[in-house]
Amino acid sequence: MTALLDVQALEAFYGRTKALHGVSFSMAKGGITTILGANGAGKTTTLRAISRMVRTNGTIRFEGEALDRKATEDVVQLGIAHAPEGRGTFVHLTVEENLRLGAWARRERGGLRDDFDRVFGYFPVLRERRRQAAGTLSGGEQQMLAVARALMLRPRLLLLDEPSLGLAPLVVREIFRILRTINQTGVSILLVEQNAALALDLADHVFLLETGRVVMEGPSDVLRRDDAIRRAYLGY
Amino acid sequence: MDIFIQQVVSGLATGGIYASLALALVMIYQATDVVNFAQGELAMFATYICWSFINAGFKYWVAFLFTLAIAFVGGVVIERVLIRPVESAPILSIVMVTLGLLVICNSVAGWIWTYVQKPFPSPFSANPFKFGNIVFGAHDLGQIEVTLLVLLCIYLFFRFTPLGLAMRAAAHNPVSSRLVGIRVGWMLALGWGLAAVFGAVAGMMVAPVLTLEPNLMGGVQIYAFAAATLGGFTSPGGAVLGGFIVGVVENLVGTYVSFIGTELKFTVALAMIIVVLLVKPTGLFGSSVVKRV
Repeated sequence: MTALLDVQALEAFYGRTKALHGVSFSMAKGGITTILGANGAGKTTTLRAISRMVRTNGTIRFEGEALDRKATEDVVQLGIAHAPEGRGTFVHLTVEENLRLGAWARRERGGLRDDFDRVFGYFPVLRERRRQAAGTLSGGEQQMLAVARALMLRPRLLLLDEPSLGLAPLVVREIFRILRTINQTGVSILLVEQNAALALDLADHVFLLETGRVVMEGPSDVLRRDDAIRRAYLGY
Repeated sequence: MDIFIQQVVSGLATGGIYASLALALVMIYQATDVVNFAQGELAMFATYICWSFINAGFKYWVAFLFTLAIAFVGGVVIERVLIRPVESAPILSIVMVTLGLLVICNSVAGWIWTYVQKPFPSPFSANPFKFGNIVFGAHDLGQIEVTLLVLLCIYLFFRFTPLGLAMRAAAHNPVSSRLVGIRVGWMLALGWGLAAVFGAVAGMMVAPVLTLEPNLMGGVQIYAFAAATLGGFTSPGGAVLGGFIVGVVENLVGTYVSFIGTELKFTVALAMIIVVLLVKPTGLFGSSVVKRV
């Protein structure tokens, strides 16, 4: 069986600075995989490499198809939705317009109304605010919008960069609960997260990144019991 | 009072031209942070193309529509061929390219069509409209109609079509736009195409008044700069309103301030630019842009 996403010997560069030093991992279809690691370990860069927003060496395959020579726009068309670091909100546009843009790249044009209903079902607050400029939303609402916008693509793989960053614990819990529901509808999720406890709860598989390399991997319930992980990332 | 109303209407007519060109400037500025100094010259060039069609025997409105189509394609091609290669260069380099384009358009137009002034037809009747004692030029009124129609179309396009939405998104947030699959480069090229269309409308509307020559748009472009500065370079609606304000103010000042008359009218535009930059640099409706470094 081919993996949904297969990354081999991935190196990434910002100018002359190398940010990833040969990252290899693969994730199975249908799961939630998380990449843990400290600040600067290369988590965000890994997602940016998959979305072709950074120069790389190595191979990235999505359902067997090589991504490394594609443009960001073409990667999106394959059904990879990326809710980026900083949420990537179109602050000048309304919530509804943000969501419409999320559906821009998808092949099947119809059924937009169903998708609106679906994401408004997940995040009712977005329905209330749909005529409002997205820049006026709170941080938590903007994160919901980022996830909702990504879902409008009807993605097969959802890349999420720090969805918990800067949000109140209650809001975070709500978002993570919905992420699990989304996963159950068949969307695979690759999650980058600083909050290791949360990520380990949600994910079924974990990769640990340190200074641009994968240093440990395994099922999350195994890694959760690992002493080194517990001390370094869970803090007890 | 009659003269006042006449002057206001005639100011709105020229203001519409400034508004169209200002809108073209603002559209490109918003998408690329660059002021396209060649915008007026491109409009002049398009006007010559229209003149050539009319001279070849085409009906005015057929020539008009052909010209818009050619202007659109021309704008797109210029972006792809000239601007794209310097896209990531410092802004000054891109400005230099537009200045070069200005000179090239001007000289090539002079070379093809000579510098002799050519009369340019107005599609509107020569008879003025009379309401009591007030007389309105038919071209003035027609010009206002055409401008408003173009503005309405473009508003509807940006507000209600998916492509318009994608273009706005690409202008405001290119990175996120790529992440939803929008081909930002093509959106910029379409923006150049549309800007060239507004310019062409402005050129074809002003040419019957000023008569056609390669320096047709030099003055208009200064007024358009004043309009965009007044309304705010970051606000398309503001730029349009700024255009109408500049047109009306220019006309009223020329009429009622005796020492300015027609000779010093031009200075009014420059004075407006300076005053706005001193008092409210973002313009009436612009927002200051905060950039993270």
